[in-house]
Amino acid sequence: MKSRPEILIEARELAYRYPGEENISSPAVYGVNLSVKRGEYVSLIGPNGSGKTTLLKLFNALLAPTEGEVLVEGISTTEEEKQVEIRRSCGMIFQNPDNQLVATTVEEDIAFGLENLELPSSEIRKRVEKVSSALGLKHLLKHPPHMLSGGEKGRVAIAGILAMQPSCILMDEPTAMLDSKSRQDVLGAVRHLNREQGLAVVHVTHFPEEAARADRVVIIDQGRLIEQGPPSVIMNKLQLLHQLGLQGTAPSELAALLRKDGFSIPEEILNCQELVQSLCTSELKI
Amino acid sequence: MNRSITLGQYLPGESLVHQLNPRIKILALLIMLAVLFIVQTFHALIFLLLFAVLLLASSGVPFSYFLRGIRPILYIALFALVIYFFFNKGGVVLLRIGSVTVESDGVREGLFVVTRLVALVLYSLLLTLTTTPLSLTHGMGYFLKPLSYIGLPTDEVAMIMSIALRFIPTLMEESQRLMRAQLSRGADFESGSIFRKAKNLVPLIVPLFISAFRRADELALAMEARGFRLGARRTRLHEDIIAPRDWAVLIFVLAVLTAALALNI
Repeated sequence: MKSRPEILIEARELAYRYPGEENISSPAVYGVNLSVKRGEYVSLIGPNGSGKTTLLKLFNALLAPTEGEVLVEGISTTEEEKQVEIRRSCGMIFQNPDNQLVATTVEEDIAFGLENLELPSSEIRKRVEKVSSALGLKHLLKHPPHMLSGGEKGRVAIAGILAMQPSCILMDEPTAMLDSKSRQDVLGAVRHLNREQGLAVVHVTHFPEEAARADRVVIIDQGRLIEQGPPSVIMNKLQLLHQLGLQGTAPSELAALLRKDGFSIPEEILNCQELVQSLCTSELKI
Repeated sequence: MNRSITLGQYLPGESLVHQLNPRIKILALLIMLAVLFIVQTFHALIFLLLFAVLLLASSGVPFSYFLRGIRPILYIALFALVIYFFFNKGGVVLLRIGSVTVESDGVREGLFVVTRLVALVLYSLLLTLTTTPLSLTHGMGYFLKPLSYIGLPTDEVAMIMSIALRFIPTLMEESQRLMRAQLSRGADFESGSIFRKAKNLVPLIVPLFISAFRRADELALAMEARGFRLGARRTRLHEDIIAPRDWAVLIFVLAVLTAALALNI
């Protein structure tokens, strides 16, 4: 068996400038060094237009870097003939599920990527079967996309990628257009795959609560990597986050306010549970 | 809105008609349509109409869908009836209003043409309601295949058609939403002359086009991200196999059609 490198995606001094862009001083992505390990869950946060989506497209070989390089499982994304292989191992999920469902039924859509890989029909059917039961889509296989709910569409989009058996999925705000129930639906499925099958995830999000549940949070601003680290550290750098127009999680924001009022609360609060625990154990000094 | 157009709208089901090979279904439909135009007697026509109704019932698709599918042709049918009733002469005079007469040949032929039209639409609906648009385009692609030898990209055309079919309901939803948005700002799509109405549609059509182009852009990107390349070979989820069952059905249909032609004499 081929030895599989521990680093899945590696960006070295990555820069990208959109063609025809007048302002040479502000490329869409600049000087980014970032690596994603096998099975890791990375959240990308940053203000609008900070280059998060561009970064994902560079990882998926939809864009070729202007400077530097991206290696996906050791293969440079500029190698034309390896692009299909890169896109297979690093599947990308876009924001609006409506605009990425190609086929007229759920099963045909899940099969779309596999058909492009020229797999035999029996293998395609096997994989569609497996993925659809894993994501709870089995009863919908024959349905057309417009008869699905938002959460179901989101899961179909993910199923279409997962069927290609990627080692990593790149998600560009897959939940931005969903209600909270569908959001949990979709993210629950992804988190499960991340934990159970070691699927690496790169997740662009606007929700601090979503970012906080990653293994690592990366902040991007104006195409540059500003900061990265475990969520308990990054999501509590409230000053930096506020400066960029971002926010910590609600409990971390609350903890900061309480700290200001003289409560002694540790710095690394992420969720309600931690906040409640530290409040209950700390001596109240009012 | 979604309901009013059933043509090209597949309804999931498990019946025999649903499971037939699309190529066989298309072929059967073509032969059926040809026979519908050949038959000249009411016996044969009614027989074919009854056969259509039988097939519809066996498909398990609710009748309301067929009725909805027929609605758009009602005006054409009505128009044809009027023309035939008043302008086709011959036979016994049934009705006389001043100098205008309705004669029995006209009535007979009018009813015949309309019945034929209804049968035609029913058979076509049977195909489009029980076949996924994708297998429908694949099936048609098969019959267009010879054209690829003269340089026509038939696979791509099939792909384009299936994507168009996929997005029709989505764009209809969108136009509905835009319409409501414009109505809430006081737009008026109902009153005025036909030109006025057409002009009032502009604020609807422009944003619809813009959003359609944006969708196309994103879709192209998503397709590329999933490994689609123009002109590359692709495999299929469902192999296109014509099973013995398909042949049996085709032979059965041919037998029925022969019976219809026998009735025609």
